[in-house]
Amino acid sequence: MTTIAESHHHHHAPTGIKRWLFTTNHKDIGTLYLLFALLMFLTGGAMALVIRAELFQPGLQFVEPHFFNQMTTVHGLIMVFGAVMPAFTGLANWMIPMMIGAPDMALPRMNNWSFWILPFAFFILLMSLFMEGGGPAFGWTFYAPLSTTYSNDNTALFVFAVHIMGISSIMGAINVIVTIVNMRAPGMTYMKLPLFVWTWLITAFLLIAVMPVLAGAVTMVLTDKYFGTDFFNAAGGGDPVMFQHIFWFFGHPEVYIMILPAFGVISTIIPTFSRKKLFGYASMVYATASIAFLSFIVWAHHMFTTGMPLAGELFFMYSTMLISVPTGVKVFNWVATMWRGSISFEVPMLFSIAFIVLFTLGGFSGLMLAITPVDFQYHDTYFVVAHFHYVLVTGAVFSIMAGAYYWLPKWTGNMYHIGLAKAHFWLSLISVNILFFPMHFVGLAGMPRRIPDYALQFADFNALISIGGFAFGLSQLLFVAVVYKCAKGGQKVPAKVWDGAEGLEWEVDSPAPYHTFSEPPEVK
Amino acid sequence: MRLVKLSLWLLLSFPFLAVGTSQYNLPVGVTDISRDVYELHMTIFYICCVIGLIVFAIMFWAIIHHRKSKGAVPAQFHESTKVEILWTAIPFVILIAMAVPATKTLIAMEDTTKADLTIKVTGSQWKWHYEYLDHDVSFYSVLSTPREQITNQDEKTETYLLDVDKPLIIPKGKKVRFLMTSDDVIHSWWVPEFAVKKDANPGFINEAWTRVNETGIYRGQCAELCGKDHGFMPVVVEVKEPAEFDQWLANAQLEKAQAAAAEKASLDLTLSKDELMTLGEQVYMANCAACHQPTGMGLPGVFPALKDSPIALGDVKAHIGIVVHGKPATAMQGYSKMLSLKELAAVVTYERNAWGNNTGDLVQPSDIQESMGEAQ
Repeated sequence: MTTIAESHHHHHAPTGIKRWLFTTNHKDIGTLYLLFALLMFLTGGAMALVIRAELFQPGLQFVEPHFFNQMTTVHGLIMVFGAVMPAFTGLANWMIPMMIGAPDMALPRMNNWSFWILPFAFFILLMSLFMEGGGPAFGWTFYAPLSTTYSNDNTALFVFAVHIMGISSIMGAINVIVTIVNMRAPGMTYMKLPLFVWTWLITAFLLIAVMPVLAGAVTMVLTDKYFGTDFFNAAGGGDPVMFQHIFWFFGHPEVYIMILPAFGVISTIIPTFSRKKLFGYASMVYATASIAFLSFIVWAHHMFTTGMPLAGELFFMYSTMLISVPTGVKVFNWVATMWRGSISFEVPMLFSIAFIVLFTLGGFSGLMLAITPVDFQYHDTYFVVAHFHYVLVTGAVFSIMAGAYYWLPKWTGNMYHIGLAKAHFWLSLISVNILFFPMHFVGLAGMPRRIPDYALQFADFNALISIGGFAFGLSQLLFVAVVYKCAKGGQKVPAKVWDGAEGLEWEVDSPAPYHTFSEPPEVK
Repeated sequence: MRLVKLSLWLLLSFPFLAVGTSQYNLPVGVTDISRDVYELHMTIFYICCVIGLIVFAIMFWAIIHHRKSKGAVPAQFHESTKVEILWTAIPFVILIAMAVPATKTLIAMEDTTKADLTIKVTGSQWKWHYEYLDHDVSFYSVLSTPREQITNQDEKTETYLLDVDKPLIIPKGKKVRFLMTSDDVIHSWWVPEFAVKKDANPGFINEAWTRVNETGIYRGQCAELCGKDHGFMPVVVEVKEPAEFDQWLANAQLEKAQAAAAEKASLDLTLSKDELMTLGEQVYMANCAACHQPTGMGLPGVFPALKDSPIALGDVKAHIGIVVHGKPATAMQGYSKMLSLKELAAVVTYERNAWGNNTGDLVQPSDIQESMGEAQ
């Protein structure tokens, strides 16, 4: 016991700004990641509101088309790289060491570094909006040659920003892998890992595999624009479609990077509030691994209209359809976990149930999009926009909200204001569907995505969508209020906040002490 | 809980309600392929609905009946190899059932052989160019919705943003093959009623085809983000009876010959400054103002200003050269294919004398011809 007492005496954490700048503590860094993600979520959300304000009525009212394109582009980049990914990294930082009984992440200094370069990346990206000619306006997918020959110098800033984000992600992923492989408590075998840890382990491998591909793509864009290469320039022997192959070879695993940890969070919460063990633990692990594998062989389903050989179209159609099998297994397992459980509806559970229903809706539209002949009709319409917002907002973002409401009492030691949190849930649930559900219809009716103005037959639904958008955006301020109040104080909670919860993180005090598991626990 | 049930019911029945009014569903379209695609879409949609209903019904049954507040005691089971194999296998069977018709339709869509007519479709920022190969007819097709409607000064018409000056004309019942390419960035040519959407890639040629069963006017839009005015490059196709189409084609060829004659005649013209400036302003507003702006100020950092610019104030020949041939590796395209000698002369004159660019230079059609000749 002397070691524990000593570590308490030796703990001279700096205070103020220095505590946060120099911290190597996984909990501090987790907090930084989560707060940064929240800030970016609100920033990207504000841009979405600019888009929805412009699309409220047909005609150009508020912004010029060129600025509109900057908003769609930067909204996408911020939400993907600034909100969803850092939020999951934040959850990983906070929870993985506590879940596997490790004292910290394996590489704490690198952990500090991988967070602190992120604000600079987004500073560069956001500042590019103020340069002459504005920021990136070529879509978050930055297809060449729109992003090379036909773009202004924001391309350079965009490329540097993406490089920094990529380096940050890779370092974060290395840290996760090294931590999980080396620092599990004695007795914590792989098949005893909490599912959130498993999904993050697989996600980390995906990150290491594809972030360098993204780095390659942006570098080729940079050299095409500034150093006379012709990777994507047909006039010089290059191929603009090759850009899309490279981009989506990164891009498709990327979407699973944003959803696999969500599966982990949901697989943690559903059993807790069903008071029953997760159904089919092993098949959950195998399903996650299968999804990760399949994510590497489906990329060209984003490109069916680019002009592929028939054999290519058939291959990518079949492989994409296959993804619904392991994804289905996951949904079935969650439902089976709830079946004959003893269910209660605390806020994290509400978000998780909404996740299952709405993510599955997104999965269905995903299956429809996989069918190549019909995809020709859906491609680049609002149907696609509806699809990926269902899987990313009511999927990834709802799971992050669920995770935050699940672990917030553990982080702060206080229970949040449940009334406010429930209001946040119900307002979000209703408004998010007003926001994204009608997008299916305008898409099917023929409205292309990324347009600042539209034909009159789309007007009614667009007005409705915009109302939903503003309602959803404003509802998120409630989340900020809940988190703020909870950090300030509230009803004290015990170590095991939820009666049905299982896992090592519930064996430490609430709030979790600055250092946990200095001595590894024994896992039976 | 009632609220949950009600909202879920609404959520699930909403698509069924919407199907009734086809305005909010995929169009059935006017080709055999588009019908097949529609059928496929509906089949898969219904399969998804059935799966969704079953899964969510089970889940909500559990939510309602297996609640802690009702005193439910949790069961102990947490795996069942049999059930897990079953719900891995069943989706496989459903997927195969989906893949068979999808494969058939796809193979039919990709068969571009035995076409009756071939049309080359070229996208450029932000208009379409159609060329009837073997018939020596070609023209640009540009958005014709007036600027005042877009900026909300005028009432919007029914076909707002879906009108062009010259639609593509094709014959009914004939297999028309499209060859798609682009002059600058990637565009995507899309007519929902034909179920044809194909990217126009610079430097490469893509193929697509259609055989339309009904005459009429069909409207679509560019589907791939292609820069500032991506939302303003509609596709309009008019399908005519074959006889009418032949007549139209003959007329178009005649008009082309007349235009060539007019071009020749215009070489001898000497236009006054007023004539040049009036025509020049029209041409400028229609073709140049999208980028260089009606004020000639451009968009700083994206599209250069013409007002007080070294090009508009400098050497006339250099100025003509850029307008006629474009500037490589920029968004500035050459207008020799698109505008007549007279129009080119007028627009260059306009750019050199508008917005306080008072050079006093007058450019005549013969000057343009001279510049074109030099380049060749």
